[in-house]
Amino acid sequence: MTTDRTTRRITVDYLARVEGEGSLDLHIEGDRVTAARLGIFEPPRFFEAFLRGRGFAETPDIVARICGICPVAYQMSAVHALENAFGVRVEGPLRALRRLLYCGEWIESHALHVVMLHAPDFLGYPDAIRMAAEHGERVRGALALKKAGNSIIRLLGGREIHPVNVRVGGFYRVPSRAELMPLAEQLGRARESAVELVRWVAGFAFPRIERDYEFVALRHPHEYPLNEGRLVSSRGLDIDIADYESEFEECQVPHSTALHSLLKRRGAYLVGPLARYALNFDRLPEGIQALAREVGLGPVCRNPFQSIVVRALEVLYACEEALAIIAAYQPPAVAAVPVEPRAATGFGCTEAPRGTLWHRYEVAADGALADARIVPPTSQNQPSIEADLEAVATPILDQPEAFIRQRCELAIRNYDPCISCSTHFLRLALHRT
Amino acid sequence: MDSRPRLAVWKFASCDGCQLSLLDCEDELLSLAEAVEIAYFAEASSAMEGGPYDLSLVEGSITTAHDAERIREVRRQSKFLVTIGACATAGGIQALRNFADVNEYISVVYASPQYIETLATSTPIAAHVPVDFELRGCPINKVQLLEVISAFLAGRKPSIPTYSVCIECKRRGNLCVMVQGTPCLGPVTQAGCGALCPGCRRGCYGCYGPMETPDTAMLARQWSAMGVAPRDIRRAFHTFNAWAPAFREEGEAHDD
Repeated sequence: MTTDRTTRRITVDYLARVEGEGSLDLHIEGDRVTAARLGIFEPPRFFEAFLRGRGFAETPDIVARICGICPVAYQMSAVHALENAFGVRVEGPLRALRRLLYCGEWIESHALHVVMLHAPDFLGYPDAIRMAAEHGERVRGALALKKAGNSIIRLLGGREIHPVNVRVGGFYRVPSRAELMPLAEQLGRARESAVELVRWVAGFAFPRIERDYEFVALRHPHEYPLNEGRLVSSRGLDIDIADYESEFEECQVPHSTALHSLLKRRGAYLVGPLARYALNFDRLPEGIQALAREVGLGPVCRNPFQSIVVRALEVLYACEEALAIIAAYQPPAVAAVPVEPRAATGFGCTEAPRGTLWHRYEVAADGALADARIVPPTSQNQPSIEADLEAVATPILDQPEAFIRQRCELAIRNYDPCISCSTHFLRLALHRT
Repeated sequence: MDSRPRLAVWKFASCDGCQLSLLDCEDELLSLAEAVEIAYFAEASSAMEGGPYDLSLVEGSITTAHDAERIREVRRQSKFLVTIGACATAGGIQALRNFADVNEYISVVYASPQYIETLATSTPIAAHVPVDFELRGCPINKVQLLEVISAFLAGRKPSIPTYSVCIECKRRGNLCVMVQGTPCLGPVTQAGCGALCPGCRRGCYGCYGPMETPDTAMLARQWSAMGVAPRDIRRAFHTFNAWAPAFREEGEAHDD
């Protein structure tokens, strides 16, 4: 304990309930936060380096291994980028099946985060298992919801983690209508529990804070964005995904093995549920818009702690979208459209549960990758996470250290950070001098 | 005092998918949490309790000097140590650096390489400390995971088959994809996934690593006869279990 009130430091060495290894380091001078750093020490695995020389056909399977929680997102951005390079479009039922698979991942990943990782913070438990002692029905309901998402991935992909059925051009094998039907029953129940989930989490006590984010997400002419769209922002950005590198840049900072991503002209920005929601509220079905209003959320939400409500709304959306896709499904004539590799560069950008996931591949004439660049959501959000920490900690600096630390950990978990994706480790150190 | 066995889950260089398999046991998680005390599982709980632990599940490979130290401490604190998945058991996909120059890799990804601390190799846990059981798979199969946990807690040997994916294919009634002209690693890969890839009409890509006494040379000759180029044979063996000795050596026997 320090008695010197002029300079302080608060740290958390190993952040729990996040995916990967990281820490936090907060420096305080008097009543001011002078530095808020999200340290990422997870050892790098060098995907972009060893992808060079690998075949295009094995790329979706390899990049899935960047993240065990959102492998479908990596597979989707990869297949779109490679199809873009080869001048191939995947339409109709194959496109719908991809969207269905992605809905499964949104449900599975968001349900895991909302109930198992994030809700315990609001209710004062160290984890969902201990929370189950008093909120057993909620936890069991969430597990059933998560299982419904996983059932989609299992049916279309073979298994929940690192599914094996996605290929450039489509799938290796497509399901019959009869195979998809049992999913509809399970998803019908999941839809009901998603509505309950939205109402439950909307009733949590949220710290009052509004942040002036520049939201960045995909926007599609008529869909809530998953696989395709233009990259737009709340401050007027509207670009083709191929122009990403002219507007955004990545930089390396000493305290992180994940690269930080910034808008060249304006700096920090936000991707993920809050950004998708703010930029695409009008693309949500009317019933979901109405439920959002009913629980007190406007078409734009700038309170990072309420991201849990937006995630729950996205779970509901994914259940409804999945049901609609299943109802309309007619099996395609072929499981994949033919693909002919050629020397080219291709771009892919999709909405992973945590936000936009951008890929660029340069392919040689023989179909081997010459170069790969992958920009995951958590590295894009790092500068915003650090800005949030400063904004969240500043008004509560007169509180006990344990309280500040807990609130800061929650502020990080608002992002559902995926540190293995962003490279990987999170450590909270609070320095008070 | 809690008399339940104490379980810990550890992460090293990995994608988190294998520890997620535990949370993916949607129907069994709450009963498992009654049978054991989940004492350390950072991805799921902020209650991180100290050792000793009865059973440690270890995900990920060793790629830094710090992690090489940390695994020794985990071993000291654990009665049984079980590795889960291809990273912990064979070094994972990140072991592709073992065949390359890691400094060149760093320069591809990072503008300021001096900030990056990493070892030249990605190695399995067993290269650093004694391991009581290695569960294969990229990712592991959650049913096998529950079997391993139950076995260790009951003091018996886990019942995990070491035969090839071919046996699972026969049981499922899959038509052999090799016979239809698709190269498949199934004949030399350990079972456990349920023959998923042939079930999707594609060849197995070896994510469970080499079976017991695999005849990789014979399979490579067969692939070659099917017209697969040496470079592609090498790549196939050098993917998710590239540093497992049988796959490493077979891959190295074919020109890049």
